[in-house]
Amino acid sequence: MALLDVNDLSVTFARRGQRTVHAVDGVSFSVDAGEVVGLVGESGCGKSVTSMAIMGLLPRRPGTRIGGTAVFDGTDLLGLDDRARRDIRGRDVAMIFQDPLSSLNPVIPIGLQVTEVLARHRGMTGDTARKEAVGLLDRVGIPDPNRRLKEYPHQLSGGMRQRALIAMAVACRPRLLIADEPTTALDVTIQAQILELLKELVQESGTALVMITHDLGVVAGMCDSINVLYAGRVVETARRRPLFRTPRHPYTAGLLGSVPRLDSGRGEPLNPIPGSVRDVLSWPEGCAFAPRCSRRLDACLDETPPLVRTHDGRSYRCVDPVPLPGVVPAQAGQPGTPSPERNEEETRD
Amino acid sequence: MTDNDILVEVRDLKVHFPIKRGVLFDRTIGHVKAVDGVDLRIPRGQTYGLVGESGCGKSTLGRALLQLTAPTGGEVVFDGVELTTLPPARLRAMRRRMQMIFQDPMSSLDPRQNVESILTEGLQTHGIGGNRDERRALIGEALDKVGLPRWALSRYPHEFSGGQRQRIGIARAVVLGPELIVADEPVSALDVSIQAQVVNLLDELQESLGLTYLVIAHDLAVVRHISDTVGVMYLGALVEEAPSDRLYTEPLHPYTRALMSAVPVPDPDVEDRRERILLAGDLPSPANPPAGCRFHTRCPWAQPTRCADERPVLRDIGGSRVACHWAERIASEELRPNHAGAGVTRASDGGEAPESVPIPAPTVKADSTDG
Repeated sequence: MALLDVNDLSVTFARRGQRTVHAVDGVSFSVDAGEVVGLVGESGCGKSVTSMAIMGLLPRRPGTRIGGTAVFDGTDLLGLDDRARRDIRGRDVAMIFQDPLSSLNPVIPIGLQVTEVLARHRGMTGDTARKEAVGLLDRVGIPDPNRRLKEYPHQLSGGMRQRALIAMAVACRPRLLIADEPTTALDVTIQAQILELLKELVQESGTALVMITHDLGVVAGMCDSINVLYAGRVVETARRRPLFRTPRHPYTAGLLGSVPRLDSGRGEPLNPIPGSVRDVLSWPEGCAFAPRCSRRLDACLDETPPLVRTHDGRSYRCVDPVPLPGVVPAQAGQPGTPSPERNEEETRD
Repeated sequence: MTDNDILVEVRDLKVHFPIKRGVLFDRTIGHVKAVDGVDLRIPRGQTYGLVGESGCGKSTLGRALLQLTAPTGGEVVFDGVELTTLPPARLRAMRRRMQMIFQDPMSSLDPRQNVESILTEGLQTHGIGGNRDERRALIGEALDKVGLPRWALSRYPHEFSGGQRQRIGIARAVVLGPELIVADEPVSALDVSIQAQVVNLLDELQESLGLTYLVIAHDLAVVRHISDTVGVMYLGALVEEAPSDRLYTEPLHPYTRALMSAVPVPDPDVEDRRERILLAGDLPSPANPPAGCRFHTRCPWAQPTRCADERPVLRDIGGSRVACHWAERIASEELRPNHAGAGVTRASDGGEAPESVPIPAPTVKADSTDG
């Protein structure tokens, strides 16, 4: 049993007079202790809503529906009442947000924001809490922590603020850490520092890390396994190397082909994915990626492609996946074609 | 390369912003030296990429080049004309030939103007196209060039996706028939799959219209992709300038090396093999830059002599221009990085524990006010 098991999570937002939005639609993944799992996708793919739902941070509104389960160490996080959830949040499960300036309270000194967590979950007060906070800030690489404790968020640089946020998140040595675009607002050299820090935390404390990002480069360096999201669904799941070497879903392949790489030359044309994220079908009408897909078949528009699980632990949601090198592509619509990755059970959500 | 081929030449450009304090009378108590002595030349029809971290002065340089921010000192020569001393009327006439593309298309397009009105404004200002029909024809051509349909004319910016909005911004620049386009972070607000569309469009336009670009970006991979020459800025000054390929294969300045090593590459095999140079701390304040080499407070190769007291100038080393006293000896690995300032980590195979995992050491001045 994994530490966190998200099963068939779905989030819909309904507003009167408008079409219901399926922000997250049947997302399943699991994370083990000491493992880094990536959720990758572009804006609007549902990666942040997924994390907010798991953390219980989505605003309670009549139109918002959350379905499925997110079992953390035997407890379903989605079924908890507020009190129980507050006990777990910050202690066992913690989150790091993208923009440290808007997730820190601007009128409260850093020190108090860190000790608040310690007081709430570890019952530390006064000098003990202060000492622990100094230790934490020092641990995440903030110089002169004693002085920094008295400072306000605006007095810190972007990298420092993100470190302070990480210090708060790891204050209670959580077993699961969710990082939502933790380095997107930062410069590359600072990004490298923060990623190194997160890697260390995972290795030293065996924390499970869910890394939410749009940056395939960050994923390539950090994650053990990766879920690629498109329009609220996981379209491909694989371990790190297979995903980058032989992407099966056309969207994954398209993303990899469209990113300019530091080690490719001047003038090599990029292969963008045509259209934009706005050109999305709703899933029940077929594959949401079909309008932008270069491998589209008629079958793609008829019904939602089932999740295909291959024997090597990968899965993808495509009727005509990108063929593996050296394999004759199987004809779509003929699931019985004897090709090595087709003879596995096909499960359907 | 003859002088005729140079479209833009910047000589010792300086932009200093005063820091004022006081209740009744503003007293200038110092200057933020956003750009402090930059020389560069952009040949006609080529792309010059400017990279650096936030606060290094790259955007200010772009704006000062277009005279959108008045330079404190130095010269900008555009096609043989010195811009800094040009009378306003003649400068306005020159502006048609140099246009800008902004980062965020949502905030750089007026939400209450439709696309036709956005594109007509520039034409009217510069008196291009005698009547409405002529202007319409010009606008139509511009839309074709950037790949937008004609029905876009009557629509408003909010009706478009991010990529299309950026195309409107590009059309607004292209419709005036400019020679130079300064693009400030043209793709950083866009999704990955859309970035490539816009990058390709910029490349196509350069080829078909013979445009000269100054591309300002923090994303080194994008800059490498579209630039012929790349300049790396740090705290208001160029630290290295080299042909794009050379800069990436043989970075000479320690800052360039650190920057290159920090950019994640979407390839697990590359990521696991890479040696990462972690820089300590943050960018020092541009109001109070370090003496000597501005990078010496964070430099893993900083030496006890010269670095702290002698400001290095750009000098030619095998085709690159580098502002480092020790560039040759660092390149030949005669000098090794000292571990006091930063750490070099090499991930072991399989992406597991890096062999040495230093926490970035707190050597930088603690009161850096970056942001």
